[in-house]
Amino acid sequence: MEPVGDFDLEYAAALESTAPVRLGSQYGLFVEGEMVEPAAGRLAPTVNPATGEALAEVSVADAADVDRAVAAARTAWEGGWRDLPGAERAKYLYRVARLLQERAREFAVLETMDGGKPIRESRDLDIPLAAAHFFHYAGWADKLDYAFSGRRAAPLGVAAQVIPWNFPLLMAAWKLAPALACGNTAVLKPAPTTPLTALLLAEVLRDAELPPGVVNIITGDDAAGAALVAHPGVDKVAFTGSTEVGRAIAAEMAGTGKRLTLELGGKAANIVFDDAALDQVTEGIVNGIYFNGGQVCCAGSRLLVQETVADTVVGKLQRRMDTLRVGDPLDKNTDIGAINSQAQLDRITELVASGVAEGAELYTPDCVLPERGFFHAPALFTNVSTAHRIAQEEIFGPVLSVLTFRTAEEAVAKANNTPYGLSAGIWTEKGSRILWMADQMQAGVVWANTFNRFDPASPFGGYRESGYGREGGRAGLLPYVELVA
Amino acid sequence: MTDLLAVETPAGAADAVAGVRITPVDAVGLEQRAAALCTRSIKTSSKAAALDLAIRVMDLTTLEGADTPERVEALCTRAHHPDAADWSVPSVAAVCVYPELVPVAAEALANSPVAVASVAGGFPAGLAPLEARLAEVAWAVAAGADEVDIVLNRSAFLSGRYQKAYDEIAGAKQACGSAHLKVILETGELGSYDQIRRASMLAMVAGADFIKTSTGKIGTSATPAVALCMAEAIRDMAEQTGRSVGLKLAGGIRTAKQAWHYLVIVGETLGPGWLTPERFRLGASSLLNDVLMQRAKLRDGRYQRREDYSVD
Repeated sequence: MEPVGDFDLEYAAALESTAPVRLGSQYGLFVEGEMVEPAAGRLAPTVNPATGEALAEVSVADAADVDRAVAAARTAWEGGWRDLPGAERAKYLYRVARLLQERAREFAVLETMDGGKPIRESRDLDIPLAAAHFFHYAGWADKLDYAFSGRRAAPLGVAAQVIPWNFPLLMAAWKLAPALACGNTAVLKPAPTTPLTALLLAEVLRDAELPPGVVNIITGDDAAGAALVAHPGVDKVAFTGSTEVGRAIAAEMAGTGKRLTLELGGKAANIVFDDAALDQVTEGIVNGIYFNGGQVCCAGSRLLVQETVADTVVGKLQRRMDTLRVGDPLDKNTDIGAINSQAQLDRITELVASGVAEGAELYTPDCVLPERGFFHAPALFTNVSTAHRIAQEEIFGPVLSVLTFRTAEEAVAKANNTPYGLSAGIWTEKGSRILWMADQMQAGVVWANTFNRFDPASPFGGYRESGYGREGGRAGLLPYVELVA
Repeated sequence: MTDLLAVETPAGAADAVAGVRITPVDAVGLEQRAAALCTRSIKTSSKAAALDLAIRVMDLTTLEGADTPERVEALCTRAHHPDAADWSVPSVAAVCVYPELVPVAAEALANSPVAVASVAGGFPAGLAPLEARLAEVAWAVAAGADEVDIVLNRSAFLSGRYQKAYDEIAGAKQACGSAHLKVILETGELGSYDQIRRASMLAMVAGADFIKTSTGKIGTSATPAVALCMAEAIRDMAEQTGRSVGLKLAGGIRTAKQAWHYLVIVGETLGPGWLTPERFRLGASSLLNDVLMQRAKLRDGRYQRREDYSVD
């Protein structure tokens, strides 16, 4: 039945040049405006997940380094940053934003090399959004007195910020921009597998002539992160990462008086009603779960589709999956790049195997994965029950579970049947249903007829086991200020 | 899926169209996807193949009041061998002219693989009396047209008289006999992607062998999002009825880059089965020169002068 053409739409390799990136062989810690060696001299390699090869060696901070970084941040805060007029702080943030734009290509290529995400995403999304975040919060810096009616927004002090590996530079921007705009100083710790763009950001901060110590960037393992958040000199902790670690941090913070925001895991429902625009729904589902290889805390990993169109939607989805291009993340035509690490790939593989073992039906397109590096084909499970592990646990990979529903009430019940509450998607052409559904969703972010859309002006964050606190927009200022009369 | 196409079809055709449903279109999502497809990077060997395909699916078109038999003859010569100096360049799919010039084109193309296409049916507005429009279609076919491009009656369609729009297309299909029927939706006048999708389904159900975007006679012509919208309708039609309808994009396509954006949109939406002149056409007049220039650039490593290419 399928007609036969005589032309093969094969894209020749279209590799992004790595020329703009000048990799060092070893990187120190960024403390008090300088790159310094770690106290104990420990180094660890950071690996290109698309090849499995080490890109550079990066410092592993220990407690002494954390001490030093926190002290530098404290000195910078008390030494002037907290008293700097907002308009002056804004100047630095605008400078950082512009420098990010100027060096966007370099950042995008490095982000892809270190993290494995497709260059299309780092180029079109991560880096432009990171710059946009700095622009947005630069705009707030001199307007804080008007942001919260009748109350003054005072800075907190030193912020300890621990960020994940799925959007390395973007998460750094989400954390640093509001903290600095509000008059705090920061110690940022990037994830062990993706430190390089944060270290390049250190260069940008220096070029922007940000006063030494206002931002300190320490690399290292989980122990370094733990030492940072536990440090008594820290006034505020912001963590983005797994629910497990977030829970431990919350327990440790109790009674310390430190302010805490957590952005943790998710198991978002993407809900499709039968009156929706089904071809755009298909794109939305793909974007929801295969964007960044599904390594997204707000990924639409549970598809809830109304039973009348379930077969149609799954058919369209499978057909679309067949056209997804998995491979070298530096190729401009790659849709799904590398999984961030061997450990993450193992976790995905294990959960996919559990889905098969529990009786769900697996579909993956017939794609050839690269021989080297960490790759996983896009996967789709049908015949999934809400009790299956793949429907319950956050997979953090390109794996979608499809469930069906009959009524809107059933969709709500199934969507909320998760310990998480980060995001949800609703697809329908009926406006009143969007509003009603959004009201019922126990999720911090609800997208209507779109998914995984981010904007610096739009608050992002979850509740329940997805954490608390908001990033983005005016709400994103609150975690970094004390409101005083 | 809310909308069952509300037209009565002749007995016998009923089975083929009974299941045709129309799904709504989300404009934001559609345009986003179209834009994403236009960022596909076509390099080296893919570019060479894409340029040749762009020529092979081209309907070389001249639809001016000032057209002369000499001009059409020159166009036909180019259609057969687009580059007089390089016969490895493939022929285009068809030459598209007004009915009066069909005999000229038919004679000039008699010993070539190039088809003769004629606009007819009161092109470009489609507001002549139905009898006259159908007679024009039959006349063009009798004069040697292998393919006929008619326009959708937008007046009937936009006012909700779908049955009338349907009957007219079905009538034209009958008047065509064995010639291929392309139905121009004039998407720039339809007002929304939902309407474009509905018109696409209507034209396909009524018997169109191809659905086509534009006449080229109004300001808004083919766009990537419109092409994607129609390709998605064609995909639904094929899935629901098993009929493979072709897509012709026309109007404002002037550069090789635009051409391969459309190749990508069609290829990724409908599959490789549509990347053939049987099911895919680009209607254009000035596109050919740009494609030839890009082709020569790929071959020689440098651009040639515009003056080296025929203006006809």
